[in-house]
Amino acid sequence: MTGEFAAFFILSLLTIGGAVFMISFTRVVHMVISLGVTFISIAGLFVLLGAEFVGVAQVLVYSGAISILMLFGIMLTKHDAQDEGTGRKWKNRFILLFVAGLFGLLFWGIQNTPWPAPPPPVASSVSNAKEIGLEVFTKYVIPFELLSVLLLVALVGAIIMAKKEGDNE
Amino acid sequence: MTVSITSYLMVALILFCVGLYGALTKRNAVVVLISIELMLNAVNINLVAFSKYGLYPAVAGQIFTLFTMTVAAAEVAVGLAILIALYRNKETVNVDEIDQMKR
Repeated sequence: MTGEFAAFFILSLLTIGGAVFMISFTRVVHMVISLGVTFISIAGLFVLLGAEFVGVAQVLVYSGAISILMLFGIMLTKHDAQDEGTGRKWKNRFILLFVAGLFGLLFWGIQNTPWPAPPPPVASSVSNAKEIGLEVFTKYVIPFELLSVLLLVALVGAIIMAKKEGDNE
Repeated sequence: MTVSITSYLMVALILFCVGLYGALTKRNAVVVLISIELMLNAVNINLVAFSKYGLYPAVAGQIFTLFTMTVAAAEVAVGLAILIALYRNKETVNVDEIDQMKR
């Protein structure tokens, strides 16, 4: 029982627990809070995997921005909304069966694939953030710039979409 | 007892299945968006796990994860804007009452 295993156990338990609570809660605001727990635990898993930069970005983007954006979305629509799921029983059962089948298939696939032995840990001389920066600005420059255009388009599109219609001055 | 890649893949698989179930059964559109975010996060865990435990460990998996996060953030912003416009016109956020194109 190493420290890595203990940390992995606690973080994965929190991740899955948050997701399952998210599904079983009925009030939408509670769902978002439980989703925040899941996001922060996933950031912990990233740090455990040696990806500190991605972990910090996860905390900033997901548990910071996206959870708050979701809360804004709830407050601007029905702020006391409840979700009991679809009323149709046969549809829910069919979906549960489908998801369980998918889970079984992927479980079988993961357990039966001969994964490569974990490579010996190499002591990298540069930090994780520096490594990512070097790769992004040499090999992935064009996708990176395209991503900035995508963000700009999404920003303008979201503002135009959420603006009141009919007040074109 | 060490943590292998299988453990990370199992966590991601459970997260993906919970997200898929939520996206298909919930009625509130905000909850459907949340479930889609959960599925995207499961994919991110897989990418980062393979960037450490894959056959050729490289930092490319972490960069793909950053790209996925950006696209997910853009998707959430546009999705919530559509939702607010819809709520203003239809007074509902339930996905099974938004069926103008079916009629």
